[in-house]
Amino acid sequence: MARWRNPFRRKVQAQPAPRGLPDERSRRIVITPEGVPLPFTLASRGSRAAALFLDLVMIIGAIVGATVILVKLAGIVGINLESSASPAGHAVQALSVLWIIVLFLFRNAWFLFFELGPRGATPGKRITGIRVAARARGTEGGRLTTEAVIARNLVRDVELFLPLLFILVASVEGGDVAMASWAGLVWFLIFALFPFFNRDRLRCGDLIAGTWVVEAPRRKLEQALSVSDGARGRSAETGANYRFSDADLAVYGEYELQVLERVLREGRADALRDVAQTICGKIGWSAGAGDELAFLEAYYAQLRARLETGMRFGRRKADKHSGG
Amino acid sequence: MNAASSSIAGRIAGWFDKPSEKAIAAEEAALRSDRFRLEREGDWKRLESILRRIESGRLRRLSDDDLLALPVLYRTAASSLAIARETSLDAALVGYLETLTQRAWFQVYGPRASLWSWLRGFLGGGWSASVRALGMDLLLALALMIAGTAVGWLLVAHDPEWYHALVPGGFADVRAPGASREVLRGTLFGNQDQNGMSVFAAQLFSNNAQVSIMCFALGFAFGLPTMLLLVHNTALLGAMLWLYHGQGLLVDFIGWLSIHGTTELFAILLAGAAGIHVGRSMAFPGNMPILEAASAAGRRAAQVMTGVVLMLVVAALLEGFGRQLVDSTPSRLAVGGSMLVLWCAYFFAFRRDGRMAGR
Repeated sequence: MARWRNPFRRKVQAQPAPRGLPDERSRRIVITPEGVPLPFTLASRGSRAAALFLDLVMIIGAIVGATVILVKLAGIVGINLESSASPAGHAVQALSVLWIIVLFLFRNAWFLFFELGPRGATPGKRITGIRVAARARGTEGGRLTTEAVIARNLVRDVELFLPLLFILVASVEGGDVAMASWAGLVWFLIFALFPFFNRDRLRCGDLIAGTWVVEAPRRKLEQALSVSDGARGRSAETGANYRFSDADLAVYGEYELQVLERVLREGRADALRDVAQTICGKIGWSAGAGDELAFLEAYYAQLRARLETGMRFGRRKADKHSGG
Repeated sequence: MNAASSSIAGRIAGWFDKPSEKAIAAEEAALRSDRFRLEREGDWKRLESILRRIESGRLRRLSDDDLLALPVLYRTAASSLAIARETSLDAALVGYLETLTQRAWFQVYGPRASLWSWLRGFLGGGWSASVRALGMDLLLALALMIAGTAVGWLLVAHDPEWYHALVPGGFADVRAPGASREVLRGTLFGNQDQNGMSVFAAQLFSNNAQVSIMCFALGFAFGLPTMLLLVHNTALLGAMLWLYHGQGLLVDFIGWLSIHGTTELFAILLAGAAGIHVGRSMAFPGNMPILEAASAAGRRAAQVMTGVVLMLVVAALLEGFGRQLVDSTPSRLAVGGSMLVLWCAYFFAFRRDGRMAGR
């Protein structure tokens, strides 16, 4: 958790890790047909398990709901399984056919229907913020096809429902239920642990269909930072005019700039004060207390202008330790 | 009164509005990279609103203009991202553009067809093309099924005790070795007034579909479990054939079976071939990396499997209704045989050249 440090201070300060900085091992770069590299983050195994759990809860809920509705309907026409020759008996029969079909559809079509939609995700996956995508070959991103979604969900049957079948068959036919349960458990574990043994966290269905599961983040466009008065170096409160010399700006690099960006966007007073003091100490300034925001906005805008100018000429400065 | 109420309404509406974003002229920004951004953010926001509508499934409410603009806006966002990475140090902006381009990429390069048009292409040639693409594996599955039937027959003929090992208890109510001709004949004919056949058909379909899905999905273990499953299931068939043969009812039994059996056994054949196809492509991937070979075969086989589920619906309908309505062996054989001819014609004679071919 202590990944974020205030680089403006020498003393280490415990801060939560910033959002959107994923583990390097789960990052995959895909190059679009337009030649733009796009970073993807593989979904964590935990969020996939959570999504599956949510989906199963919803499926069971839907099945129970459908059953209750059908039983109610059967109650209306008058349940009478004995005399099935009467019209009511035929209606009950039709309802039970409907029930078997509904059960089959919920079990098999739930994942299919939602993953073929524009979000590429079941409701559970939507809640956990992940989606299905075609696996990239090398760096070339593929198209998610209908067949791929069908294939990955048919295999789910073997992974998830087959061990239940073991136990069911054993208990119906009077076999060794304990033995069947153990076999089912081992079977289930083999498939549940499968994503732990490959780099792309594929389950068997992903492997056969050529898909993987990635995070589907959504972000809002944040305010541009260089449009305020402060960014022009003028403080609205004190009327002071902040102009930094090239030597003042040369002490920091891109990493510090981005930390400063986060501090400005979050706008917490104590963090602003802290950072302003550190910068002042480093460049030998003394800004008046209470005007930290304008000071930092001015410093941010001028530092960024300096670094971006360097960037355009092909000179980049990664952080305060690197030259340039 | 009117003015007061409208101002209150305005204020309440204001609570639910997003904070009004000032339209900032690009000239107001101190930095060149922010001016770049302010000039283009209108396009990005339009793309974002189109994406939001598509993702929430309101595709119908999208105007033609928006739909046509989507690929253009996607390319604008992608090129903006490329430029921003080289010229801007605004981390929030680059992050926003990355997620925006990603979301648009999913829509622009997403599933090509809607489920409906996919189904049309599937029935109009895609399915039969993918069945033919299985090639060798179809023959292999057929050979295994014939071998399984022969093995079942021979085992039981050698030692009738095998019958109980092969046929699970549920099936072999009165149909056991030593049953008289009349009892066996009774299982084949004269069940017309039996009730609940439609429920039985639906159950059969659900069960058979699950078994055939299993047959396919077990293919990833190099196809071995699929082959075992095929042999085991047809051994059961062989054992029952022997049983009816012993009482001289072989042709009648085949007639009873064929009415739905030609469709059902064909479906199981396809499911097994699909499983073997996946397994074989993993065991012998050829020049491709194993993962790629598996996924190519998996997608082809998935198309076959969707068809298998459809075939099993047909089989269940035939079994639930047809078998009880048609009560003589010649007409049963005629129905079963014509179904077989129909499927074979559809898969192997019906070819349509075009985009679905060769997939």
